[in-house]
Amino acid sequence: MSGNPTTLSAVSKTFRSAGRKITALDSIDLTLQPGRVTGLIGPDGAGKTTLMRLVAGLLLPDKGAIQVLGIDALTRPLEVQSSIGYMPQRFGLYEDLSVQENLELYADLQGVPVAQRATRFQELMQMTGLSPFTQRLAGQLSGGMKQKLGLACTLVRSPRLLLLDEPTVGVDPLSRRELWQIVYHQVQEVGMSVLLSTAYLDEAERCDEVILMHQGKLLGQGTPAEFSRPVSGRIFQASAAGCSHRRLQEQLSRAPGVLDALIEGEAVRLVMESPSKPEPEALLPEQQNLQLTAVEPRFEDAFIARLKRRRDLGGMALSLQKKVTANTDDEVIRVHKLQRRFGDFIAVNNISFSVRRGEIFGLLGANGAGKSTTFRMLCGLLPASSGELAVAGHDLRQAAASARGRIGYMAQKFSLYTSLSVIQNLRFFSGVYGLRGKQQKARLEWALTTFELEPFRDANAGDLPLGYKQRLSFAAALMHEPEILFLDEPTSGVDPLARREFWARTNALAEAGVTVLVTTHFMEEANYCDRLVIMAEGEVLTEGTPLAMKTSARTPENPDPTMEDAFIQLIEQRQAQQATA
Amino acid sequence: MRRSSRMRLLGMIRKESLQILRDPSSISIAFVLPVVLLFLFGYGVSLDAKLIPVGIVIEQPDSATQSLAGAFERSEFFRPYHFDSIQSAQQMLNERRIDGILWMRSNFSSNLLAGQEAPIGVIINGVDSNQANITQGYIQGTWLAWLSRYAESRGHSLPVPVSLEQRVWFNAALSSRLFLVPGLIAIIMTMIGSLLTALVVAREWERGTMEALMVTPLRIGELLAGKLIPYFALGMAGMLFSVALAVWQFDVPLRGSLWLLMASSALFMLVALAIGMLISIVSKNQFVAGQLAIIVTFLPAFILSGFLFDINSMPEWVQLITHLVPARYFVAILQTLFLAGDVWPVVLSNMGALLLMLLFFFTLVWRKSHKHLE
Repeated sequence: MSGNPTTLSAVSKTFRSAGRKITALDSIDLTLQPGRVTGLIGPDGAGKTTLMRLVAGLLLPDKGAIQVLGIDALTRPLEVQSSIGYMPQRFGLYEDLSVQENLELYADLQGVPVAQRATRFQELMQMTGLSPFTQRLAGQLSGGMKQKLGLACTLVRSPRLLLLDEPTVGVDPLSRRELWQIVYHQVQEVGMSVLLSTAYLDEAERCDEVILMHQGKLLGQGTPAEFSRPVSGRIFQASAAGCSHRRLQEQLSRAPGVLDALIEGEAVRLVMESPSKPEPEALLPEQQNLQLTAVEPRFEDAFIARLKRRRDLGGMALSLQKKVTANTDDEVIRVHKLQRRFGDFIAVNNISFSVRRGEIFGLLGANGAGKSTTFRMLCGLLPASSGELAVAGHDLRQAAASARGRIGYMAQKFSLYTSLSVIQNLRFFSGVYGLRGKQQKARLEWALTTFELEPFRDANAGDLPLGYKQRLSFAAALMHEPEILFLDEPTSGVDPLARREFWARTNALAEAGVTVLVTTHFMEEANYCDRLVIMAEGEVLTEGTPLAMKTSARTPENPDPTMEDAFIQLIEQRQAQQATA
Repeated sequence: MRRSSRMRLLGMIRKESLQILRDPSSISIAFVLPVVLLFLFGYGVSLDAKLIPVGIVIEQPDSATQSLAGAFERSEFFRPYHFDSIQSAQQMLNERRIDGILWMRSNFSSNLLAGQEAPIGVIINGVDSNQANITQGYIQGTWLAWLSRYAESRGHSLPVPVSLEQRVWFNAALSSRLFLVPGLIAIIMTMIGSLLTALVVAREWERGTMEALMVTPLRIGELLAGKLIPYFALGMAGMLFSVALAVWQFDVPLRGSLWLLMASSALFMLVALAIGMLISIVSKNQFVAGQLAIIVTFLPAFILSGFLFDINSMPEWVQLITHLVPARYFVAILQTLFLAGDVWPVVLSNMGALLLMLLFFFTLVWRKSHKHLE
């Protein structure tokens, strides 16, 4: 159906922001073959959205040429726009129009003849499972349903090239899986070409071809297998009886020849610098029970191997926090039948869980599952509608300032003062928590060295790269050495390297006895948690250790399920229950 | 090609109309706001003085002073308080309990009878200069009216030059409403045309739907028309609603012709819409768009259009600025059409100014609109 490829040659694009020039794309050359699903992969700020918008004719490049399906996107953008479908990041839906009305609008705009509409709509609704909801307002759909409606609207007139900008961010894994099925169905049935951007590295493996981008540069293009080839034979799983996986990971990350050590359930995943199997004794001489098993490489391993400079994270981990000395079996956070309503809408519905001292406890769920609402109630920022909650024995809404001084909170959005410098922000936040004089000075020095912020000491917080912003927020939350730490989506939008650093620091905190409560929508991050709850639509679906959750999802067909498989199974069970109820 | 273009345009109009109907803020700006503003200005705000508290000091009561005091008692403009001495009256004036003092000295009657100038003292609190002017005017008027009646009753003329000055404020009791209500229509249309339009377009940018629209084959002209037509209709509906309220609820006469009112309103509506569009092109965020619309369109329409404050009494350079405010021309048209009738020279010259503004702003909108995100 579409023989012409899409090509970008020497495309550069810069933006001006607050007087500074930001290079979003730096002479990109690439070709998209027709009839394929190409994944555009890279962390936030890599230039994915800019590239999408250039292809869609929404932006003009500073330099270079763009041919979309053989049409010049620079001179004939309207022709390009008549042959592509594009779903922007927030799906481009009108929330105050119904599902049917959104479809009608896009059918009008795309010039779909009225006679063909009924069948086309029916097809799309069936494919997306939205048939029962055609009269519902788009604003009242769940995140996953919005995503599918957005997709249906872009498919209303079968485009030759489909551009999807981060369609899966923050959407529950079941909806993500369904989206991939729809996309492949389109490719196979009508020979559509698809360009899809994502920050989830695990989605790379679902693509026919992957384009890897980082900071505006093209790092490589090829099949997922081609990407993982250089790391084949370099990936191992390590475990040691009698040693906590957290300590093991910390030790291994400093062991010779190890490029990357990542906690994966109860074991540690290693990326070695060279492809020969290491001797356990050579890796960790003091550890006798170390077991190493070779495993298949994943795209993420390849990504890390390409980008990670080996460096020592060891020193900082130890000095992160003074030890919190207390019995580790204490129940630090207790939540019982907690409920929060906003009008008719129940954001959090009768949830219960408890967190012990020194635990990393996760709240895992899609956007809109009620994670942040739960957090705000725990931190005393939002009153509960009903139920009980206690943090270190207090309801923080009524508790004195001294009780609040025992917790640290890192908000989902960057919530420091963008026009203050790094050191001014840190000074302010330490001052708010009552640090003065020598003590404050010592903590400031500690924060700058531990988080490697010294070079940015006098830079405005707003001008920092995203990963450093996250470090600064993290440092600010730790200035007063809290016993309990609340981290709301700390890793959202941050690249995998920065995420690893973040988790290394969090692990060190937990080792020092700090209780950490963390929300995330990255399934694989559940593996870092000691225990977690999985939330959907305001309810807790299950509570337990990551291992137990994965074990319970084990089936004959899938003997080694991932956290995502476990999550999907839980959602399917819930949907089945709702259907029978 | 033409058929698909019509399909796209109708699709946009349908979408926009559905959104207007479902968005409580659009409906309230178009229909609730007029009611609130009209009632507020129609009944609440009055530039006329009524029941002004004045102190009357009579040093030596007799028939003449009684008669003059009676004139103030009967007047609907005053609420007199009697004092024995000027000191106690001044005390009350200082406390702002009364706005003015009428002082009849002990020699008042004898002077009056002698045909000499009867000195009455008038002291007015000048803190609020506007109020002071009005009070002074009313006191003077009442005094002169009484004087002429007094002279007539005595059958001889007074040596005082009895020139009955017909002051504006004598008719003003009713006309401040008549004068405010037509001007309000300009304010209401500014709100619908500029504020509401700027907000809804900025909302599209914020929610990312504009990006989705731009990637469709929709042309820029269709996009603009699709936005303009529904809001034009909404604005005209709001206008007709306000006119109906003005005529039937507030008894404002419509002395000019309705079609001319409609035509000039349509012209002004388009200018307001173009400015709204321009604001939303400059700022793609609802908060900034709202602020800009208030500062650039609403406040000038309120203060500099002649709706509330007379343009001729403004300083020279402020008068020059008012020429940049489209509402200025429309307020002039409205006041003329409602109160005077089809005064062609006034209506046509102001419509001409609006037409020039329309061309200017539309050219700007057209040149600034493109299907790019930058």
